[in-house]
Amino acid sequence: MLEVTDLTHVYGRGSGRHLAVDGISLQADQGELVSIVGPSGCGKSTVLRCIAGLLPPARGTITVNGTAVHGTVPDGLAVVFQDYSRSLYPWLSVRDNVALPLRRTRRGRAQRRGDAQQALAAVGLDDTAHRYPWQLSGGMQQRVAIARAIACDPVLLLMDEPFGSVDAQTREDLEDLVLRLRRDRGITILLVTHDIDESVYTGDRVIVLTGAPGRVRADLAVQFPEPRDQITTKELPAFVQLRTEVSRLIRGQQATADR
Amino acid sequence: MNLATAKTTRWLGRWLVLAAGTLAWQVWADWRHSAFFPPPSAIGAQMYHLWFSGPASYLSLTPSATGNILPSLARVAAGLGIAVAVGAPLGIAIGRSAAVSGYLDPLLHFGRSIPAVALVTVFIVLFKLGDQMEVAYIAFGTIWPILVNTIDGARTVDPLQVETARVFRLSAGQRLTKLIVPATMPKFFAGLRISLSLSLVLMVVAELTGSTDGIGYLINNASNSYEMTEVWAGIVLLGILGYGLNAALLGVEHHVLAWHRGARRLTN
Repeated sequence: MLEVTDLTHVYGRGSGRHLAVDGISLQADQGELVSIVGPSGCGKSTVLRCIAGLLPPARGTITVNGTAVHGTVPDGLAVVFQDYSRSLYPWLSVRDNVALPLRRTRRGRAQRRGDAQQALAAVGLDDTAHRYPWQLSGGMQQRVAIARAIACDPVLLLMDEPFGSVDAQTREDLEDLVLRLRRDRGITILLVTHDIDESVYTGDRVIVLTGAPGRVRADLAVQFPEPRDQITTKELPAFVQLRTEVSRLIRGQQATADR
Repeated sequence: MNLATAKTTRWLGRWLVLAAGTLAWQVWADWRHSAFFPPPSAIGAQMYHLWFSGPASYLSLTPSATGNILPSLARVAAGLGIAVAVGAPLGIAIGRSAAVSGYLDPLLHFGRSIPAVALVTVFIVLFKLGDQMEVAYIAFGTIWPILVNTIDGARTVDPLQVETARVFRLSAGQRLTKLIVPATMPKFFAGLRISLSLSLVLMVVAELTGSTDGIGYLINNASNSYEMTEVWAGIVLLGILGYGLNAALLGVEHHVLAWHRGARRLTN
């Protein structure tokens, strides 16, 4: 479904040259949730921006459903950015924000509105359609951004540190929301995070990146009984073991770098 | 004190200052009996006599009012209208292209630095005396704040908002109407406010130099025949018009940019 091979990206040139990502390869199967975790500055967001077609990579290939991506946004893609307050348009109502990308699907106005309303219901925001994003709490705004992303039935959903700006309780709710949407709709999701617990809790696979330049350090399969639960899953020995392993992979590498 | 009474107090306070100022002027003018500084009561009576004592069928407007105030307002409306119709689209086009705005930057700053007042003669030569010259002059003078502010607004659209438009593959038309234009609005209105107050100045300047009607013409005429009360009536009228037009614009802005104030208040 998603296939990234030898992705390399360099920012700037000359003395300001900065190798952000160095030869990253990864793939995600249909319906899989792959979380990418790594220390800050490891190029996680760069990987995501290359896949989204926002950034043409210096080297490497990306294919989504067999179609190559190189600086063009692939079909059936949706993105949830970390900064919901800037990515939602403040001059549009919640419903118009969600319906905005639907116009290119050639659905009629009434159907677009209906679909937007359904997507809002799916994230638990039935009654906010006529309000404005800035009238909602941060967690609710991020739900709107998620509704906007799923309204156009994407095949691939990219999430760039989506819960980095909300409080812990809201964060857990939103993680469960994403797991539920994935289960209900079979969307392939790539979730970038710096939170180790989050990467293990949400992922079917966890890809651990090393710090600058970003390289794949490990690709770990995750197997917990479904559906996952914030309390019971997190107290499983397998969870604790895996989060420790990821933590060691990230910290161990930093310790080597510090020495 | 609750919010409503605080608001009323502020409102009262503002008008009290104005009333006190007018009263002081009245007392001073009554005491001095200066021919050049008539008392507000005389100015008010003159304004009423000149413009608002007409027949009821004309909303009490006199021929002098319909013959001078309306043409002036029409010129301001036409001039500003042209400035907006040309300046806003042009500003968006220039602002969205880094290359074009780079090339045009020196020219724009040159253009907007020239005080339009210095250009009356040029406009008389170009357009001959008459409405067309006055409208063109107001349009030229007021386009710069609109243009410069719109360029700035269009250039500084949030990159994340632009990326959002890209990943959700909005069409070019949608990007323009749903992203660029609304995002530019706050800066555009900032420019329009400056242009509006400028337009009254330019209107008077244009009418002083060779018009056969208008508020500027009226003031000029009265001053040539030493009718100081009439001069003052014109001046006060300009003040009232400026205040009213600005209040009307603020009302429109308040409505159009409701989202802007809301988003600002909650994020700052």
